[in-house]
Amino acid sequence: MDASNYLYISALLFTIGAVGVVVRRNAIVVFMCIELMLNAANLSFVTFSRINGDLNGQVMAFFTMVVAACEVVVGLAIIVAIYRSRRSASVDDASLLKR
Amino acid sequence: MLTSTSLVYLIALPLAGSTILLLGGRRTDKWGHLLATLMSASSFAVGLYQLFLMIDRAPESRPVSQKLFEWISVGSFNVDAGLLLDQLSICFVLLITGVGTLIHIYSISYMSEDRDRRRFFAYLNLFIAAMLILVLGDSYLSLYVGWEGVGLASYLLIGFWNQKPAYATASKKAFVMNRIGDMGLSLAIMIAFASMGTVSFSGVAEQAPNTSEAALTGMGIMLLVAAAGKSAQFPLQAWLGDAMAGPTPVSALIHAATMVTAGVYLITRSNFVFDAAPTAQLLVVIVGAITLIFGALIGTAKDDIKKALAASTMSQIGYMILATGLGPIGYAFAIMHLITHGFFKAGMFLGAGSVMHGMNDEVNMRKYGALRKFMPITFVTFGLGYLAILGVPPFAGFYSKDMIIETAFNAGGTKGILLGSLTLLGAAITAFYMTRVMILTFTGTKRWDDDAHPHESPWLMWLPMAILAVGSVTSGYLLYHNKLLVHWLEPLFAPHGEHEELLKPIVVSALALTMVAIGVAIAVLKYTRQKVEAIAPTEVSRITKFVRQDLMQDRFNEAVFMRPGQALTNTLVATDEVVIDGAVRGVGAVAMNSGSALRGLQNGFVRSYAALILIGAVALIAAIWVVVS
Amino acid sequence: MQLALEVGRTAAPEAVMFWILGPLAVGASLAMLLVKKAVHSAILMAFVMIILAIFYIAQDAAFLGIVQVVVYTGAVMMLFLFILMLVGVDSSDSLTETIPGLRPLAITAAVGFGGLMVALLGRATLGRTSVGLSAANADGNVQGIAQLLFSTYVWPFEVVSALLVTAAIGAMVLAHQPRSASKTTQRQQSIERFRGKSLATAAGLPAPGVFARHNAVDVPALLPDGSAAPSSVNASLKARGDVLDSNTFDLKKISTQVEEEK
Repeated sequence: MDASNYLYISALLFTIGAVGVVVRRNAIVVFMCIELMLNAANLSFVTFSRINGDLNGQVMAFFTMVVAACEVVVGLAIIVAIYRSRRSASVDDASLLKR
Repeated sequence: MLTSTSLVYLIALPLAGSTILLLGGRRTDKWGHLLATLMSASSFAVGLYQLFLMIDRAPESRPVSQKLFEWISVGSFNVDAGLLLDQLSICFVLLITGVGTLIHIYSISYMSEDRDRRRFFAYLNLFIAAMLILVLGDSYLSLYVGWEGVGLASYLLIGFWNQKPAYATASKKAFVMNRIGDMGLSLAIMIAFASMGTVSFSGVAEQAPNTSEAALTGMGIMLLVAAAGKSAQFPLQAWLGDAMAGPTPVSALIHAATMVTAGVYLITRSNFVFDAAPTAQLLVVIVGAITLIFGALIGTAKDDIKKALAASTMSQIGYMILATGLGPIGYAFAIMHLITHGFFKAGMFLGAGSVMHGMNDEVNMRKYGALRKFMPITFVTFGLGYLAILGVPPFAGFYSKDMIIETAFNAGGTKGILLGSLTLLGAAITAFYMTRVMILTFTGTKRWDDDAHPHESPWLMWLPMAILAVGSVTSGYLLYHNKLLVHWLEPLFAPHGEHEELLKPIVVSALALTMVAIGVAIAVLKYTRQKVEAIAPTEVSRITKFVRQDLMQDRFNEAVFMRPGQALTNTLVATDEVVIDGAVRGVGAVAMNSGSALRGLQNGFVRSYAALILIGAVALIAAIWVVVS
Repeated sequence: MQLALEVGRTAAPEAVMFWILGPLAVGASLAMLLVKKAVHSAILMAFVMIILAIFYIAQDAAFLGIVQVVVYTGAVMMLFLFILMLVGVDSSDSLTETIPGLRPLAITAAVGFGGLMVALLGRATLGRTSVGLSAANADGNVQGIAQLLFSTYVWPFEVVSALLVTAAIGAMVLAHQPRSASKTTQRQQSIERFRGKSLATAAGLPAPGVFARHNAVDVPALLPDGSAAPSSVNASLKARGDVLDSNTFDLKKISTQVEEEK
């Protein structure tokens, strides 16, 4: 097998994450699907680094991880704040900007 | 050409009078009529002065001009506003101001009980000023200004008593039909400018021989349309009867002596155009011939004295138009008949006004009868006018009308015989209906309403009538004697060779008098032997019914022009509302509906937005792939 | 350590690992989508993270693999679980879709997206032999990354550290609950104490053990009037009925025994 198999898995995981973002209603599960997408991207970075033989891809993946960590922190704080004021964690409840 | 500085006063005096009276309002009520009469008389005085000056000069230096100001200067189109007083215009000037002043005097008394008398005099002065602009203008464009001005004055005066809707409608009808004629005049001016580059009379006269006959024919036809509109000739004649809704002095001045003769003036002034376009001239003759019979026929069935006189005017102007179409020799005779007609027709209208004044404004002749004992002066003046219009020698109409009949016969060939016969027939019918008017009004038994007490009119009213009667008697002879008018106007027209005389003048006169006698006899028989009913009998022959309805002129106009015009207007309005407004509203509706549809995307749910982002991302990547590969 | 043995080809061990763990990862992520309880999703997510860490290590990214386990699986997923606990451990979504047409739309779009990605990635790499990281990892993976990180990428590195600090502060700000009322002053507290419902706690609650009869958790303390104090035993014990009778530990019995002995 060759390294591009990892790339296909990465695409597949990304797709599943995208569907999850749209389909699930619980805000935290949505967030987890977003994390899944980021991880899929990381996987493809690492694979490309292997394919190209230089470590730039791994450095990119490293930075992605750091940024994802920050994002999770702030995002979950926001979810907690929303939960406190609305008593609900469903993304469908924040639908006041409709026509 | 000599210049003068006093021509402008002819127009400025009555115009000033009109302005003062209109702007002054009720304050000028006490002396308004006197001011207006004074202005009109002063204008007449200036005209007389100019006449004497003109007589003293040699024929070729008789015309004088005065340039007022530079009017239009656009590219190659230069028109100066200027005045031209030549032998033709001076006739008109004196006729307008002279008869006009007499009618002003008459109106002082006739309108004395009307609270809007001042406004009436303002409009009369306005009319005088406009008509003078018409005849004094030195270009077609200046003439057009006057043309429109008299149309306006006519509208204002016909609808003077606009409290009555019928009168207001009559004035609108006159104005609208005049407008059609005005359109003809505009087109003629445009053709003149397009083919000759100038619209002044002198310019067109110079260029006419060098222009194509087609252009000249077109211009001639358009001028004929204009003349037909203003002079109530066929096919634009339907307004004249309704115009009698105005006060009688108006009918006398405008619709007998002056405004309706403007068409004759126009054609005469444009003699250089018509002489070079024989087709147009032929059309002129045809129109004149049709109208003179048409008017005469209508006149036979009218019970309204003013409408009978109006029909008579229509017919007599038909004679004049016919004369103008007979070539260079005809113009002088048309003008001669115009002047004599001005006297006797105005006189008869004023007489009719006098009769109405004495009979509580009753116009139906069936309610008159035996008035000669009660209104002797009116009877005499009216009678003199009657004899003049019949063409009985030595009264005015004899000379002028017989010259026209003679010239008609001398046109030669079948055309001559046909025209001559028609003019003779017209003379007979004229004699018939005018005699009918005389008999019904002044002779016979009393058929009055119970509250009528006829009396003679005050001197302010019968004095002008008397003066006009003098004119009816003497003007014909004076103008004819030694071919005075013919020689006076000769320098203006193309030289005419001697026509071969088809019939000797004496034969023509005899024929004419015979026809007149026949007409008089029929009328006398019909209306003196049998009792005249106070109410018009309804069981009459079909022809009578047809003629009573003015030969169906109004029905024809309605069916052919008005209803299709209305239908067209309704269609256009509907198109405007449905199609154009609909399109505009449709655009709006489309925008709104598409907006509403697109609004559905904004359902407030984050997940659907996320789905849209996903779709967008797919599309973007696909696009990039397509572009890159 | 070379796990990817040959250039351009993964060796049989790697293939075996891949073909076992790959489907597991995909299955776990699919299940993460489909399970009802959020907690289950979190667990499955952690599972996927660990598999990914193994993939990283298999591809000579040892540092990254460890970081993945420590940061992602350890910190991030635990953070998720904490928040789930706060928000509602029992929270579960109903799986029916409220927005009509969204599910098929999303699946179509995602499948299209996936197809496109696979095609593009395949086009990019098909036929290319992978160079492998043996040269780049000559001094060791950590050293290699450090080389890059502190030379070419030092500026993004600094920025990212600032970002970390900012994120921490941001989280504190967002989770901060301001007092709805201002802090009560001593005077206010004193007034509330003496004007409250009853004067029972005016002098404050007694220190622990004052009314206790026994040091066991399930023996309630007795108030001065002989009744058991409700706040001395855990509510769940009370609900379970595991509360003993404190009269069996009565001190009177003990004291009479002492007097008898005298």
